[in-house]
Amino acid sequence: MVIMETMVTIYLFGKAYQVPDNLTIMRAMEYSGYQLVRGCGCRNGFCGACATIYRIKGQTELKTCLACQTKVEEGMYIATLPFFPLVKQVYDINNIKPTEQIMMQLYPEIYACIGCNACTKSCTQGLNVMQYIAYAQRGEFDKCAEESFDCVMCGVCSSRCPAGISHPQVAMLARRLNGKYLAPKSAHLDERVREIKDGTFTELLEALMQKPISEMKELYNNREIEK
Amino acid sequence: MYPNQYEASLKLVEAAREQNIAYTPNRMTAEEKETLLATYHPDYRKEEFSTLAFGPNQGEQVPHELCEMLQAHSRIKAEDVDLTNPAYDVDVLIIGGGGAGSSAAIEAHEAGANVMIVTKLRIGDANTMMAEGGIQAADKPNDSPAIHYLDAFGGGHFAAKPELLSKLVTEAPEAIQWLDALGVEFDKSPDGTMITTHGGGTSRKRMHAAKDYSGAEIMRTLRDEVLNRGIPVIDFTAALELILDENGHAAGAVLKNMETGELYVAKAKTVILATGGAGRMHYQGFPTSNHYGATADGLVLGYRAGAKLLYADTLQYHPTGAAFPEQIFGALVTEKVRSLGAKLIGADGTVFMHPLETRDVAAASIIRECSDRHNGVATPSGFGVWLDTPMIEKIGGEGTIEARIPAMMRMFGKYGIDIRREPILVYPTLHYQNGGLDITDDCMTTNVENLFAAGEVVGGIHGRNRLMGNSLLDIIVFGRSAGKNAAARAKETKVGTLTLEHIAKFDAARKAAGIETDAVSPKLLPSYTGQKSGI
Repeated sequence: MVIMETMVTIYLFGKAYQVPDNLTIMRAMEYSGYQLVRGCGCRNGFCGACATIYRIKGQTELKTCLACQTKVEEGMYIATLPFFPLVKQVYDINNIKPTEQIMMQLYPEIYACIGCNACTKSCTQGLNVMQYIAYAQRGEFDKCAEESFDCVMCGVCSSRCPAGISHPQVAMLARRLNGKYLAPKSAHLDERVREIKDGTFTELLEALMQKPISEMKELYNNREIEK
Repeated sequence: MYPNQYEASLKLVEAAREQNIAYTPNRMTAEEKETLLATYHPDYRKEEFSTLAFGPNQGEQVPHELCEMLQAHSRIKAEDVDLTNPAYDVDVLIIGGGGAGSSAAIEAHEAGANVMIVTKLRIGDANTMMAEGGIQAADKPNDSPAIHYLDAFGGGHFAAKPELLSKLVTEAPEAIQWLDALGVEFDKSPDGTMITTHGGGTSRKRMHAAKDYSGAEIMRTLRDEVLNRGIPVIDFTAALELILDENGHAAGAVLKNMETGELYVAKAKTVILATGGAGRMHYQGFPTSNHYGATADGLVLGYRAGAKLLYADTLQYHPTGAAFPEQIFGALVTEKVRSLGAKLIGADGTVFMHPLETRDVAAASIIRECSDRHNGVATPSGFGVWLDTPMIEKIGGEGTIEARIPAMMRMFGKYGIDIRREPILVYPTLHYQNGGLDITDDCMTTNVENLFAAGEVVGGIHGRNRLMGNSLLDIIVFGRSAGKNAAARAKETKVGTLTLEHIAKFDAARKAAGIETDAVSPKLLPSYTGQKSGI
């Protein structure tokens, strides 16, 4: 399939480059000659390495995105944000409790939120960031965990926050509290770990390990598959 | 919204959807699979492989691109480095900051070792972060480690090392329990029962997940724990060469700051290679689902120091890489899409295979559809087949996609494709390095003492193909084990005089084998500068 190529002008850190319009910002940087070291990780929208800020020539609105997930547009002025100094408080997950106090203690700045919603507007994942911070303030960690689940911790929200909140780290704490303390326990998992420690399956497994390949093929090809 | 040229085929897919949902295609017989693989799987294309002329695996076949790196020159000479005054001196040096390296670091720290992670990008820039579908463990009443073993052994073509696979399946439930206790948010029913599904080639539903961010959720939790423990993470620092001591035992590494180019020496009592995979080598010109740093560095470092590789000739091509739009060409479309009910459909609207065959079989089947059977859909980058995602909403009810695979919905949504209403186009993408360093069940490499390995850099756990969900599992099981064992070993280790003599020995072996090359390795990063396609 032949596709006609259209070139657009973009400005990488203010300098103009002509690039094909079907490239992502990350690919356009490489096309322009950049060998990336910073600002490039999974290249698939999961790792948050390529947070980017841009403004289209002639417009006032400042936009944010992940460079690996966003196509170039004519007149894009682009600055990448490969690192942002988030505050990451350290704690012992085994010695904290899922109560409001832990947020007050570790991330008191969340209570200085002025409700400007700049975090939500800037989120590269389209999350309702201000809402999850509100949940964190109230100690509703299950809700904070759910609302923030798709966060890739790129840090753009924090770069826009007048209150100095490190939203991704607040959410990280909430998710660990929820996963460890609030989510229901899996009885079947604990039971299985016990059985394995008791050696329930050892004999069966050792017998399998010693079978000749021909017999293993027979077993494999005729095994029952759960519907 | 798809461009016009896809409309005719799309209409066929839509028209046949109800019928295709009801239809369950047969699984292939063992013979059918064998013929299919031999004819269409990239691992069987002999012209894509060359023979190693020297080194621990002399005489064995590996992909051309890997052969070049394995036989290449070191990036340094022994005289470039002063080994007498190391910048770092630790008990356990971990090279690689993905899931295996982080798990190892946590366990080594727990065991009281002075442990350090070096990583050429950031901690978490790893394939672990991008694993979407889930992690296997036989923890349901109708399942057992033995059934898990049989599934994985057969799926890997009966080539796994039994003692490694047995360890994997036996320690799986405990690995899930460990992650659960760290606060990883597994999908659970209100009563706490893990929500588990099938993966390709599983005979029980044992795929645990955290939506379709399973790897990301595990990785960010491990990273948070590493940081909470104050374990030093030296980021943007690559390992260029292992350091041995006078007894030939691993005793550190030469490091390079990726930004300033400065070299450092790290001395250690034990070393863990956890450098991950090789998708960015783009074997056979395939796109990849892998992260930016997946360049087989660990295989090179190990090989040059004398460590043996196992099954380095087998790669996994994930059947469903994104084939459209071109901006995400090769990006992973999780197998969970098929676990949830979506089927693979040819250009003519027919279902051409059971959606949950093992990955190698599914990839070969898609390649056959797009080549000899002429039933692929033309795309800007080649061909693809349909993966009929709207089936998921019809089977599981409206909202299933947003609840279970939000990352997929977002990835395609950014390009105007609503996967709840429109199918997606897929084609195999280079996904996983089945082979790697040969280890014993304590994670030490078979022929370099005090050199441990964990994660994708290891070969032999899965055999010649890997089931979905067994890699997230292996990085946890073997990562933890490597951390514990390397810490224990460090306690009884006295490091001798450091040397880099193996570089010159390797150079001499190359010369004796008559190989001339200008290549240097490890590759460290791929180069896409000046190119329009990211391959």
